[in-house]
Amino acid sequence: MYTKDGENYFIVDSHIALWDARPENQRNIHGKQFIDCFYDYHRNLSPEKEQWSYDEYLYQGGQRLMKDVFEDGYVDHAIFQPAHLGEFYKTGFGQTEEAYGLAAANPERLTYNHNFDPRYGEAGLDRLRADHEKMGFKGVKLYTAEWHGESRGYKLSDKWSYRYFEECRELGIKNIHVHKGPTIRPLDRDAFDVADVDHVASDFTDLNFIVEHVGLPRLEDFCWIATQEPNVYGGLAVAMPFIHTRPRYFAQIIGELIYWIGEDRIQFASDYALWTPKWLIERFVDFQIPADMTEYGPLTTAQKKKILGLNAAKMYDIPVPKELQLPDADETTTGPREPERADLAGIR
Amino acid sequence: MKATWAEDQRQDPALIGKHDILRVLGGVFDPELDEPITDLGFVRSVSVAAGDAGTDVHVHLRLPTSFCSPNFAYLMASDSKDAITAVTGVGSVVVELDDHHDSDLINAGLAADAGYRGTFGHEADDSLDELRLTFQRKAHTAAMERCLTELLRSDPSFSENDLATVHVRDLLPGRNVESLLRRRETLDLSISEDALVMVNHAGYPFAVQDIPMALRRARSTRISIDGNAHFCRGLLRTRYAGSGADQVERPEGAETSDRHRFLPFTVKEHHP
Repeated sequence: MYTKDGENYFIVDSHIALWDARPENQRNIHGKQFIDCFYDYHRNLSPEKEQWSYDEYLYQGGQRLMKDVFEDGYVDHAIFQPAHLGEFYKTGFGQTEEAYGLAAANPERLTYNHNFDPRYGEAGLDRLRADHEKMGFKGVKLYTAEWHGESRGYKLSDKWSYRYFEECRELGIKNIHVHKGPTIRPLDRDAFDVADVDHVASDFTDLNFIVEHVGLPRLEDFCWIATQEPNVYGGLAVAMPFIHTRPRYFAQIIGELIYWIGEDRIQFASDYALWTPKWLIERFVDFQIPADMTEYGPLTTAQKKKILGLNAAKMYDIPVPKELQLPDADETTTGPREPERADLAGIR
Repeated sequence: MKATWAEDQRQDPALIGKHDILRVLGGVFDPELDEPITDLGFVRSVSVAAGDAGTDVHVHLRLPTSFCSPNFAYLMASDSKDAITAVTGVGSVVVELDDHHDSDLINAGLAADAGYRGTFGHEADDSLDELRLTFQRKAHTAAMERCLTELLRSDPSFSENDLATVHVRDLLPGRNVESLLRRRETLDLSISEDALVMVNHAGYPFAVQDIPMALRRARSTRISIDGNAHFCRGLLRTRYAGSGADQVERPEGAETSDRHRFLPFTVKEHHP
């Protein structure tokens, strides 16, 4: 819970990880390149006093995670979204046993989401059923640029992906978190394109598709498909820290999201341990759209409360004290939410 | 553009210098960010030496992360090699991409002139033409939005319905309209003074009732490109200390944190 100026904010961090990128777990040079890329994101976008040393960044462990996210970070509930990256790390990047164990020990605090890779075919489906029986997760995190033998990516619209989504439906795995990455076959086209999310969202209307990083670096493609599909949501992992270095860009991201998909379908995330939730939450509660950006309405306290926790809590049935709950906006489920804002008089 | 420059090249091959090569590389664009690789600081080094068949050129390129998209990385590297090779008086050309997850693959492909399919094998179907076109269209969309928003802000009597009849001649002179015309030319759209501005990538105008949504959509494209361009610049500076000195300011989407660019003698790379 975060309290500021008499307002209480119920916080759900919808994207955290417990990773191990230490050299002894790196399988090859790509393991180092991957965590170095994350560390540069961290160094580039964090305020100076929030920056960690490289060694701290490689691995945090459960105890530190609990402190950073819950003791220091105001978070009421957090959701693991593990990336496997088995081609880069010996025991994987996200630590399944450790994260699941931590969630099992703290069920009121933590939700463990799992992952699958449709390129494992039938054997992978058996594995998914067994994993689900053991861990009982409600969601999965899919990284479409995961390397797998000769293949370095897949699409959600691939035949085998559909088989896995059908299985998700059977098992009651409702929340599909999608993270697009730079490699996908063929390389002829833009790997960050979210057109495949459009297809599956239309074909699996009973599943929720949460596009992580709100589709960045393709915010425009994400907004365009998400406005048409009521079961497509935007996760703010990686978008959040722009609030510090690039507040105007951050304002535009939020403004566009509110316009295209509305205040009920945006979910806060720190992307821990890329960043820590504490400063992101403090900054977001204090944040306002700059006065000269009149094409966007000011961000209301209710909208901030929904984004910071209520939206994800609803999706994951996380109990929220009654006095902190808010009703859905009385808005269309598809198409722009504030069409009057399209009146370009607003930009003058 | 490359070919034109090469045709104009009539000087003594022995006189080809680093600056000539950099000038040629200024015509190579990052397709995604719609900017020359030289402005972005992606050219790490250029060396020239007298060789048997002319001036031998060796270029190293660098990118903001190891995991930048390999298709864009390849395009920039192969465009660089093609542009330099086209210069009269150049002998051997080596272009190498540093510190990328596909450096070995791409550098081997470039050295062997294997082409896109030869370089990426089963991961390549046909060509990268469609990818390039997708981003040329996005660049046009963003440039169009910049011009029209600038116009709307400058003249309170304008309403969005008037946008349907804005012609190139009505736009405010300056960087934005120059940029728009360049992007229109790339897409083979008319650059006549009488051409309509609010058109799709094929040059067709929008119905009046569709204009507000089309402009909003164009705005999200512009925000996205500007945001990516600045984030990529910042990541490059974080990754390679001192690389900020090789970057040219991008006014579109610039924020307070970019002001370090204007400080003279910035020796310490410091990005809070």
